[in-house]
Amino acid sequence: MKSKSSSATSLDIFLNLLARSWTYLFLVGLLVFFSLTGPGFFTVRNFSNILVASTLVMLMAIGQTFVIITSGIDLSIAFTVGLSSVIGATTMRNLALGGMDIGLAILIGIGAGVLASLIPGLVNGYLVAWVRVPPFIATLGMYGIVRGAAFLLTDGQQVVGGLPQNLRDSLSSIGNGSLIYTVPDIGLVFFSRPADLAPAQLRFTDMLLPYPVIVAALVVLIFGFILGRTQFGRHTYAIGGNQDAAIRAGINVKRHLLMIYVLSAFTASIAGLLHVFRFTAGSPLAGESALLSSVAAVVIGGTNLFGGEGRLSGTVVGALIIATLTTGLVILNIDALWQFIIVGVIIIVAVLVGRVQQALERRQI
Amino acid sequence: MGEPILQVHGVSKFFGGLTALDDVDFEVSCGEVVALLGDNGAGKSTLIKCISGVYRPERGQIIFDGHVITGHTPMEIRGLGIETIYQDLALAENLDVGANVFLGKEKKRRWLGLFPITDDEFMRRESEQALDKLDIHIPSLRQKLVNLSGGQRQAVAIARAIYWNAKLIIMDEPTAALGVPEQRKVLDLIRTLRQQQIPVILISHTMQDVMDVADRMVVMRRGRVVANVPRREATVDLLVKYIIGAEEMA
Repeated sequence: MKSKSSSATSLDIFLNLLARSWTYLFLVGLLVFFSLTGPGFFTVRNFSNILVASTLVMLMAIGQTFVIITSGIDLSIAFTVGLSSVIGATTMRNLALGGMDIGLAILIGIGAGVLASLIPGLVNGYLVAWVRVPPFIATLGMYGIVRGAAFLLTDGQQVVGGLPQNLRDSLSSIGNGSLIYTVPDIGLVFFSRPADLAPAQLRFTDMLLPYPVIVAALVVLIFGFILGRTQFGRHTYAIGGNQDAAIRAGINVKRHLLMIYVLSAFTASIAGLLHVFRFTAGSPLAGESALLSSVAAVVIGGTNLFGGEGRLSGTVVGALIIATLTTGLVILNIDALWQFIIVGVIIIVAVLVGRVQQALERRQI
Repeated sequence: MGEPILQVHGVSKFFGGLTALDDVDFEVSCGEVVALLGDNGAGKSTLIKCISGVYRPERGQIIFDGHVITGHTPMEIRGLGIETIYQDLALAENLDVGANVFLGKEKKRRWLGLFPITDDEFMRRESEQALDKLDIHIPSLRQKLVNLSGGQRQAVAIARAIYWNAKLIIMDEPTAALGVPEQRKVLDLIRTLRQQQIPVILISHTMQDVMDVADRMVVMRRGRVVANVPRREATVDLLVKYIIGAEEMA
């Protein structure tokens, strides 16, 4: 069988490259635009703020990418984040108040928060894979259930507070801390802010590698590796591309889908626990506002909502675009509501570009 | 032709009160292309599904390559070397050729001597060799299947089957969804398989295809085998008569 004669022109190749990389270019364009127009945008402090601000959406979007590649969707993470934060914060508080060592209390709290997320993850996976409930419906049901459960645990309160001061200090030193600081007149300082800084020095001390960003980056690297290089990742794509083919090829599709929804709940729980570290409190609403942004980040990143296609690097760029927009608009003193409009437009553009790209690829054979 | 590799003896299959297969005998020898003909509802698909293990016949025995396979699961039967290629081909079109040939049986290597990752280079090379055996050359094996032609995809499905040592390939309407040049390529593929002594059961409604490649034509009607015609005795006219029931074999 011979190939069809090549009809790819250099214009086609250029357009294809553009379609592949437009989100990166868009992000760079945004950064350049805001740097030129927004006073104080082009600073270490602001960039580290953007990165920290992006972690919530980013972590939720990582799991969501896997789910969407299998042609599913996970709405329940909107409150899995909150559930993990509530259970994490409550556990840490009660253990610390009971006199346990702070470090141990924090570790157990982390474990409890992650374990709690297993429940919605397993239920979602079971419903989707075994009961064959459409993912939208199954996770919409869990959205309500987890929301109710999280609020019941807090007696209807929006915040789980009352953490003892020493626990809050420990949490905050990580949640609002950085691996590397730049301090005027001193240079780079590692692990924590020096204690005895002059007010002027303190004011110009910047965080070069905030811990939440390191956590999110590690999660991105690990799951990017899993998706891109391992058999697990390959099967994720196969299931999204043709579930019947995956079944006939002997892939245990049910078990795989179960793991996908557990994975999604897991990255959401990390987001919830980061919330505890950053705000030294838990909240059922910790992830609610980020659900749609997380889906937006996945779609902007080029993942096909019908499944089978997508990359984690795209999702990272999508999350960064959203965080950059939010911060940039604030700095320009533009009504933050514009963010929604702009993100909405980008989502639609992303879908259209994806379609054009598929057509271009086909022409290049 | 050598010894039969597949023997179906007196197989019957009922669905409620309906007799889908009625005491069917059927044989395939090595290197033989057997066409299975019949109108819709004649029992071709039911027979195929009994052979591939999807259905369990109520009566009769199926012997493949020395094993009695009646009642085995589809996976066991595939493991013994009967590969069924359905019309939809069961390919993941969002993946490349190598990923599809090795789907579910990915070759792995250790990254940094530690983490198991897919060995895409190996799978691509092996797939290329499997396609070479079929005289198929796909310009870029990194292409997703969605970008390949229908005939090329068919070739990938066959390459996957023979790579995993298929000893009998069942093809269900392989040319139905293809344009004329592509149909021809698929027929060439079937001839290549015959040269390599891999027998093929071909289900087709296209008389011309059947006349082109089959060594023997088996016609079914109402759950029974009504004719078993060697190629040299077959004419389109005769086959059609058997199919519609205007002629019975002596």
